[in-house]
Amino acid sequence: MDLILMQLFNGLSVSSILLLAALGLAITFGLMGIINMAHGEFIMIGAYTAYVVQNVWKSVFPESSSDIYFLLEMIAAFFVTAIVGLILERLIIRHLYGRALDSLLVTWGISLVLQQAVRSIFGPANVSVSAPAFLDKNIQVTGMFAMSGKRLFILALAVVCCTLIALMMYKTKQGRNIRAAMQNRDMAASLGVNTAKCDMITFAVGSGFAGIAGCAITFLGPIGPTIGQSYIVDAFMTVVVGGVGKIIGCITGATIIGVGGPTFEFFTSASLGKVMIFIVVIIILQFKPKGIFSMHSRALDD
Amino acid sequence: MKNLRSLSLVALTAAVLTMSACGSGADTSSSPAAAGEQTSASEPAETGDTVKVGILHSQSGTMAMAEKPMIEAVQMAIDEINASGGVLGKQISYVSEDGASDAAIFAEKATKLLTKDNVATIFGCWTSASRKAVLPVVEGNNGLLWYPVQYEGLESSHNIMYTAPCPNQQAIPALDYIMENIKPKSGGTVKIFLFGSDYVYPRTTNTIIKAMQPDYGFEIVGEEYIPLGYTDCSTVITKIQQSGADIIVNTINGDSNVSFFKQYRDAGLKPEDIQVMSFSAYEEDIRGMGPEYSDGTLFAWNYFQSIDTPESKEFTDKFQTLYGSDKVTGDPVVNAYEGVYLWKKAVEAANSFDVEEVIKVCESGSVEAETPEGVVSIASGDTHHCLQKVFIGVADKDGQIQSVWETQDRVEPDPWLKSYTWAESAGLGS
Repeated sequence: MDLILMQLFNGLSVSSILLLAALGLAITFGLMGIINMAHGEFIMIGAYTAYVVQNVWKSVFPESSSDIYFLLEMIAAFFVTAIVGLILERLIIRHLYGRALDSLLVTWGISLVLQQAVRSIFGPANVSVSAPAFLDKNIQVTGMFAMSGKRLFILALAVVCCTLIALMMYKTKQGRNIRAAMQNRDMAASLGVNTAKCDMITFAVGSGFAGIAGCAITFLGPIGPTIGQSYIVDAFMTVVVGGVGKIIGCITGATIIGVGGPTFEFFTSASLGKVMIFIVVIIILQFKPKGIFSMHSRALDD
Repeated sequence: MKNLRSLSLVALTAAVLTMSACGSGADTSSSPAAAGEQTSASEPAETGDTVKVGILHSQSGTMAMAEKPMIEAVQMAIDEINASGGVLGKQISYVSEDGASDAAIFAEKATKLLTKDNVATIFGCWTSASRKAVLPVVEGNNGLLWYPVQYEGLESSHNIMYTAPCPNQQAIPALDYIMENIKPKSGGTVKIFLFGSDYVYPRTTNTIIKAMQPDYGFEIVGEEYIPLGYTDCSTVITKIQQSGADIIVNTINGDSNVSFFKQYRDAGLKPEDIQVMSFSAYEEDIRGMGPEYSDGTLFAWNYFQSIDTPESKEFTDKFQTLYGSDKVTGDPVVNAYEGVYLWKKAVEAANSFDVEEVIKVCESGSVEAETPEGVVSIASGDTHHCLQKVFIGVADKDGQIQSVWETQDRVEPDPWLKSYTWAESAGLGS
């Protein structure tokens, strides 16, 4: 029983990390048809922002034992990556709308540039970010099964981020415009929606959420110039399986891959587990080529 | 909007592309700028007043973090030697190539160094995968590689000098330590869990450890491997908790060490419950994750930065003055550094840069050099390994490793495990 609970918790925890990593991708991919290979590097930028904020905080308030800096990290990570995203969108990405293959190559190039930039600024070595003390506590459920504070926090963070995005998409005027542009760009434009502005905001917000994901993964993994690479594949898989442009799809995709991966891994090995989850993804895409939750559109070119 | 279906396909293809890149630990950012060819002389080796050598380490990809300090150590040794008059009156110039954490690129760059740059010797490689890829290249082109990282043994190439330990100078003494010092929680024998990266070094080392089992009497309760660069160890950690292990023998390489140590703590594990013995993580890895995660766990090496001798302190001081006061050294860094000095001594003894001459001198057993770990000498005979003292240390709160156990003398290398009956009966080394 312990074992099932532990594995379930591991799976949900992996899912929540995947979800955070994939949320931004889901909206940019869905809205603009941009295959953003640099999304992983936005995650990395978020992680490095956390590192910088922490060091600045420690040098300005060396005596402070408060964990408040950690909220600052999250906020800074969101805004820094959002701004980087915004700049990239204005300079490069907006010229690539409707050219999926080109966007793939260009953003792949951007990802290399960003990696090398970080390597030049911070060096190739990993850096360390310490998690706030209150997250070090674990909740002991049964003899062997302890829920780690950090993993619970990431789980909660994923829920909060999903809620925020859902609120933005379904409750605000901006969100309505974004959805309109998503479903039929020309129609939305002729009804007075400023689609260029929609693109800009969506890309910035999507990048910002990658920054938050980066901040969260500093608790569990290494922080180096290449960490984005470790997450980008799974993030894409999540989006494609779940269905492009739907938050519910993203959640489903993350759960399938997040819970499935560790489960297969438990019964086989890490390498084989990865192979098996890919097989599952291939089977799903055979029957649901647009992902589990696909968006219905009346656009002629769809 | 474009057709979603084709978009999804493109995205997946892209994902798989990245995957294959990640799988081999490659990082395609090895752009010309990163590969950074730094050569101060463009003539073939040993013409005029200079002799050219090659440095071949990963400057990008998952191993860059571990290999960067080794490049710095080699450069430092070269600068020191040049400042004190060079080798046989010649100044050393170097060509530094980026192996990009990818064995195939290592082989390609080694070929380039030997055939195009015509270097006198190469200092480089970390992973056994990269060494195995470079091996046929140096043998085929009659080059000489100085390999500075502990590895799985069962190899002694004519064209490679191994300045780092083979299993009988690291893994086997570490198992001796475990048998003496780890108290089984549940009585009976010590229960060991083998956990490593999925490639040749961890798998071979664990094969050797499994071969020791009948003789030593410990119990192996699990064996797991994760791909290089893997970031989620939670499932393996669950298996470890489930197995009732007393100690984890950790042969993870690179970034995944950070994930492992963070998630080990995160699962509420402590060294008092389940100890960790790491073979392939050193002070630099600890610095990159934060010392609070490795505090109290065990490491097996032939040198720690904390070792309190004048030579060791002097080396650390010089290294930190050159590259920053927050830098750390460690066994691989020192092995990389002393490789240059051993080569210098061998060249001087041979009075020639010729590879065959240098190897002949090395095999005579007369080559020794003053190094941060004391006097290091190449063993006589054709093993091409060094004599090494073995230390077991505990990581402290400052990210240093403090020695708690050491072998009395320097241990003779035995890469083929010829002196162990258990190895013979397991069919190893023959």
